[in-house]
Amino acid sequence: MGKYLNNPLSIEAPKFMSSRLVHTLLAIMPAFLAAKEKTVDYGSEILPILSENCFECHGPDAEAREAGLRLDTQEGAYADLVGAVAIAPGNPEKSELIYRVNHSDTDERMPPKEFKKSLSNEQKQLLRLWIEQGAKYEEHWAWQKPIERNIPRHSKHPIDAFTLDRLKKEGLKPAKQANPYTLARRLYLDLIGLPPNLQEIDTFLFAFKKNKTRAIEKLIDELMNRPSFGEKWGRHWLDLARYADSNGYEKDKPRDQWIYRDWVIDALNDDMPYDQFLVEQLAGDLLPNRTQDQLIATGFMRNGMINEEGAIIVEQFRIDGIFDRMDTLGKTALGLTLRCAQCHTHKFDPITHDEYYGLFAFFNETHEAKSWIYSNEQLERIASIKHQIKDLENKIKEERPNWKNEFSSWKKEQLKHSSIWKVWDTSFQDWHGGLNHPNELDDHSILTLGHPSISGYSVTEGESNLPMISGIRLEALTHPDLPFTGPGRSYWGTFAISEIKVFRKWPQEKDWKPVELGHASANFDAEVGTMRDYFFHETLDKEEKRKIGPVCFLIDGDDRTAWAPDRGPIRRHSEYAAVVAFKEPLATPKGSQLRVELLQNHGGAKNGQDNQMLGRYRFALTDIPNPKAPDYNHAPVLALAVPEEDLTEKKRSALFRAWCMTQGDFEGELAQIEELEANYPEAKTSVLNTMDSLPEYPRTTYLLDRGIWNKPKHAVKRQTPSILNELSKVNPSRLDLAHWITSKDAPLTARVQVNRIWQSIFGAGLVLTPEDWGTRAPKPEYLELLDWLAVDFRESGWSQKALIKNILTSKTYQQDSKVTSKKIERDPNNRLLARGPRFRTEAEVLRDIALAASGLLTQGVGGPSIFPPVPESVIKQNYVVPDYWYPAEDENRYRRSLYMFKKRSMPDPVLTSFDAPNADESCTGRIRSNTPLSALTSLNETIFVEASQGLAQRILREGGQSNEERANYGYLLTTGRPANSFERKEITNLIESQNERLSEGWLDIRKIAFKDPKSIPKLPEGVSPRDVASWTIVSRVLLNLDETLTKN
Amino acid sequence: MKNEMQNEIGKLNTRRWFLQRCGVGMAGLALNSLLIKDGFSAGIPNSLTARAPHFTPTAKRVVYIFMAGAPSHLDLLDHKPELVKRQGQLPPPSLLKDYRAAFIDPNSILYGTEFEFSKHGECGYEISELLPHIAKHVDDICFIRSMHTNEVNHAPAQIFMNTGHQQFGRPSLGSWTVYGLGSESEDLPGYVVLTSAKGTSAGASNYGCGFLPTIFNGVPFRGTGDPILYLSNPDGYDDRAQRDSLDVLKRLNEETLARTADPQTAARIQSYETAYRLQSSAPELMDLGQESQATLDAYMIKNPEESNFARNCLLARRLLERDVRFVQLFHEAWDQHSTLVKDHTKNCLDTDQPVAALLQDLKDRDMLKDTLVIWGGEFGRTPMAQAPGDDIGRDHHNRAFTIWMAGGGVKAGFTYGATDDLGFNVVENPVHVHDLNATILHMLGFDHEKLTYRFQGRDYRLTDVHGHVVNDILS
Repeated sequence: MGKYLNNPLSIEAPKFMSSRLVHTLLAIMPAFLAAKEKTVDYGSEILPILSENCFECHGPDAEAREAGLRLDTQEGAYADLVGAVAIAPGNPEKSELIYRVNHSDTDERMPPKEFKKSLSNEQKQLLRLWIEQGAKYEEHWAWQKPIERNIPRHSKHPIDAFTLDRLKKEGLKPAKQANPYTLARRLYLDLIGLPPNLQEIDTFLFAFKKNKTRAIEKLIDELMNRPSFGEKWGRHWLDLARYADSNGYEKDKPRDQWIYRDWVIDALNDDMPYDQFLVEQLAGDLLPNRTQDQLIATGFMRNGMINEEGAIIVEQFRIDGIFDRMDTLGKTALGLTLRCAQCHTHKFDPITHDEYYGLFAFFNETHEAKSWIYSNEQLERIASIKHQIKDLENKIKEERPNWKNEFSSWKKEQLKHSSIWKVWDTSFQDWHGGLNHPNELDDHSILTLGHPSISGYSVTEGESNLPMISGIRLEALTHPDLPFTGPGRSYWGTFAISEIKVFRKWPQEKDWKPVELGHASANFDAEVGTMRDYFFHETLDKEEKRKIGPVCFLIDGDDRTAWAPDRGPIRRHSEYAAVVAFKEPLATPKGSQLRVELLQNHGGAKNGQDNQMLGRYRFALTDIPNPKAPDYNHAPVLALAVPEEDLTEKKRSALFRAWCMTQGDFEGELAQIEELEANYPEAKTSVLNTMDSLPEYPRTTYLLDRGIWNKPKHAVKRQTPSILNELSKVNPSRLDLAHWITSKDAPLTARVQVNRIWQSIFGAGLVLTPEDWGTRAPKPEYLELLDWLAVDFRESGWSQKALIKNILTSKTYQQDSKVTSKKIERDPNNRLLARGPRFRTEAEVLRDIALAASGLLTQGVGGPSIFPPVPESVIKQNYVVPDYWYPAEDENRYRRSLYMFKKRSMPDPVLTSFDAPNADESCTGRIRSNTPLSALTSLNETIFVEASQGLAQRILREGGQSNEERANYGYLLTTGRPANSFERKEITNLIESQNERLSEGWLDIRKIAFKDPKSIPKLPEGVSPRDVASWTIVSRVLLNLDETLTKN
Repeated sequence: MKNEMQNEIGKLNTRRWFLQRCGVGMAGLALNSLLIKDGFSAGIPNSLTARAPHFTPTAKRVVYIFMAGAPSHLDLLDHKPELVKRQGQLPPPSLLKDYRAAFIDPNSILYGTEFEFSKHGECGYEISELLPHIAKHVDDICFIRSMHTNEVNHAPAQIFMNTGHQQFGRPSLGSWTVYGLGSESEDLPGYVVLTSAKGTSAGASNYGCGFLPTIFNGVPFRGTGDPILYLSNPDGYDDRAQRDSLDVLKRLNEETLARTADPQTAARIQSYETAYRLQSSAPELMDLGQESQATLDAYMIKNPEESNFARNCLLARRLLERDVRFVQLFHEAWDQHSTLVKDHTKNCLDTDQPVAALLQDLKDRDMLKDTLVIWGGEFGRTPMAQAPGDDIGRDHHNRAFTIWMAGGGVKAGFTYGATDDLGFNVVENPVHVHDLNATILHMLGFDHEKLTYRFQGRDYRLTDVHGHVVNDILS
């Protein structure tokens, strides 16, 4: 409304008034006549118009608001703004809005022409009618808590009651129940994502004949109890969770995250209540006495991308990662387009910029943690080891009744000793060449994240803080952002330092002069050893001359040897220290500079995946003669500096152990402890998990101006959008947030998930925009049904299985999917549900159907992802070619498509051509395309071809003797129903024509029939390779039938 | 005889398949037709049917030569004698305020180009000795020396150039183009991607369709193996076996269609027929045997079988001839942090002549007038040296770089924008990535603010909320 409202004079201008009156009268006449006939619904008719055309400048965003006018609230719209009122209830003539949308002058008309939007006459009349009828604002339907709706009385089944009621009003009739073959296959595909086999079809048909309802219910129960249920339904959630097996961006390194995928499958199979399912994923780490599984669940938020390109500023991409988590939260749990409030207050929905960052804080104040994951048996073993160690420690305490006092005075003594080291406050930290930009932390330690460099050196410079230096101490420190807390950045969280070099520059000197190093010692000295094969580097070290081992390797002048302390599983993630004494004490007059280089050349050739960098380190200087590392571990040295009351159990125990070591009396017990700890198991895998910021690394969240990572504006406290239910807690935790989301007062949580489940089954949700429930979302045709389902879902314990069963037992679901001309005309997209769902299956289901029909499918839940065959030309297109991509040749080759390795920068060409998303971001619903490229894929791709060969052999083995019988069998395996006579005829004709061509030598029998033409498997009696070839040709047709690819 | 007849009928039915409903499923249709009202796309946003843009375009098709890794504007296209003079000096501190290179300490010595520049053509544009062939075409070219971008690392910057956003998941320029214009090719995809050297930093997302329907994805044509994935029949099949199989498949699917009346089944029947046609049209396209020796020589193609940049240039011309709307060449080779002299020399040897040949070829065929040719990388390179010494190179630089365009309605023999004496900052007529993309869309007939797609409750566009058409470079 811009200029006009700001200029009261123009309102008073008589000339304006008269033309205005004429104009409105003319424009309004037809609507006026229609006015008596209908009541305008604000939610479905007016809000979409206002939201679409007005809110961008007259909506929630105060900064973008024009003329002080707000049309998204009643108060705003009715407000008297300098003599003009946008909306005068009951009085369109006095409503500036009506005047302005009808204005003949395009400079005055709303929306302004630069917005390139215009209202239709119908929309203008609706607005007018609505104002005439009182211009009542209602809260947007989605912000209101779903209320329990009355079930219409048309059917016992609530879903059918709602649909029948509506269809009756629309004058439509529901379709009849689909035939049992179709029904069985539909149920199998919807419940487990696999087609039924012959015996399963038979069983169902038999039961169906006896009692339809009971047969269906029984089948549903049976399928829900199969592990495949979790595989099918887990896949839908993994789209939302943007699950992938690689990090994305340029390097796109592989990651071990499959344990999270398995957690999702298990949770669905266990029918974990949906509220718990969300809580564990959002904040499982904060649950009291949390289990390892609950930690795995928090991998949800960590599935996003990680940039490790050379020279990046890590913080920029960390922030991008948090934006991604916010987007994921909005899409999966809240049904809100949070991303629209990342740069400014939401233009259409009442979510302010501050509220966005209030939510952002919950996820921003975290570490990028990675944790080892143990098998259950390993967990028990670890618990037992810890228990035995505790017993031994108690035994020591019993033997020394006065241990407390002795321990305490020992600590004082040691503290004095440790004060000989003066931490070096450095002024310059770098990685030579700039691949990395290390950061100095408050305690002067240096943290290097980002590019995983396989060779190179870190550079640290600063002024000497002592007049005389006799040696330098290098501490290798842990940090929650390092893998398993480090201290290294290798796959195991370890590090290897090839060489340390020290230089000095006295005042007025120009060049660095090397300092001669005399002796190196460490609190933990490794044996000389060779490196794991994992770090092999063909060009850097073809002959494998690189060694790792004791601390003397630091200063032996040989960069092929490295100090690489690794104390084995669990214990390796602790602090280490190396002390390097100078050959001669070095005088450093005031202003003298020191430079230390840590050469790290022990990485492998896998583009950083196999780096051995030190993640966090700190230097200290001393002037005492012949400095040496103490005998005990470095952890207690650090613990000494911690005030008694702040000591963690781990630190306290480290101190106690160090004291024991210095006593001389407990060698037996210590040896036993040592032996026990040496038996810690190596973890089976790992997970990227969510972890709150530790108190020593506090992070403040700022509102970011325009969403730019390095433009903080003001600090923001944790908060939730006020439009939703209230979170009444001071300093809420992420766990509080999760409980807030799953609270009974949350208006959207249950509806959003109910809608998504509906979408998976019917192909489209009751609400068409699964990720956006804001003011621009179209009001659903079946809001009452949606609300009834949501309330029922929430009130009956959030059981997803119960919800799915509820849907599948409805007549609405079981309808025949045949389209009639009347229905396609009245309801082309089946929004009213007067017929059953029919659509092409999702990528994974489609591929699994081929595997299952052919009998190749390998069943079995979970485990590391498998590598499918991918054309060489695709592999080579990677920026970093994945040298680990060895396609599975064993039974893993035919595992379900869910287990295919998801490499972000190399989306699988098969799944992609059937619209699988590639995990760039959370995906709430897939589009279904139908392209020639997907036709080529299911005709010619390696696995599909192998499936056609497998199917042929199966038909010949099991399908009877005649071609007719076999054709029928092939149809049953692929489409789940017998072939009709036309179809049998077509198939047998094809067999005959191809047999002829094969016999005449036009086609290569062996190449067509067998994966390896050189080795023919044992064939059933009376079956020739030619039969296999002709049936392979036929099977390829069967696997590409519209009915095979489609859920009918 | 019967088969032949059926083939003929099949052809009739499917001839214009790529044009027609390469459509998405019912859900997609419903969603989009419900939601997209005001944007350009009121019609059928999910088909490749050729359609008219907002206004009369000057460019009907595009070939985008993406020099990934970022070529040095200072050694190729933006002559800076002053930088040569100040070789070895440190940059003025005022320049470095708030400046970030990627790898180097910005306070590194200046490095003048080691290459000779000379004036060419009537316009007298100064161009490096590394590009002698492109130099012959300067009078056809519009140089933009004032490009700048937000990003300074490869993957985000490539994504930013191609999709207008530094975060992954948005549609690329090529996808927006076919979304807007559809395709006029009967047998080939609307958006084709050709890659040489190595894979790009940002990978497949550089030509991805983001949240647009999958049919708008760039389709990579491969240099080795099948040009289009899974194009060849399985081992042992001949064309007759394929045709026989597809005939049966078609009849069986038609039977299904008769029973279900599902429009998607009809679409599927067509898609198999088009796939069959693609099996001959794509190899035909890739077969350079039809080209004369003179043409092969002009493009510097020594072995027509060998996949490289030169071959991709000729393939680009063949694709454009066959009405493919948007062809994008990626050549990921330009990231010379070190050994810049050696490697830029090699890269130019590999690419200069083929690019010039493509320009000439398009001109000879009278196609340059409505084909937009774009040449450029994701950012520029620093006037400061990286790895000084024999291995000297340049770091990433996002404040200034040069790209050029030709044909399709840009001013020929024209230079737009300028950098300072060191080639560090833009000092005249800055062109941001969003401005460039807005201008490209404009040449294709689109108001970049109106070419939108509703996703997550928001109307997304290539230029986000930015972008101004650079009218001065339009002819």
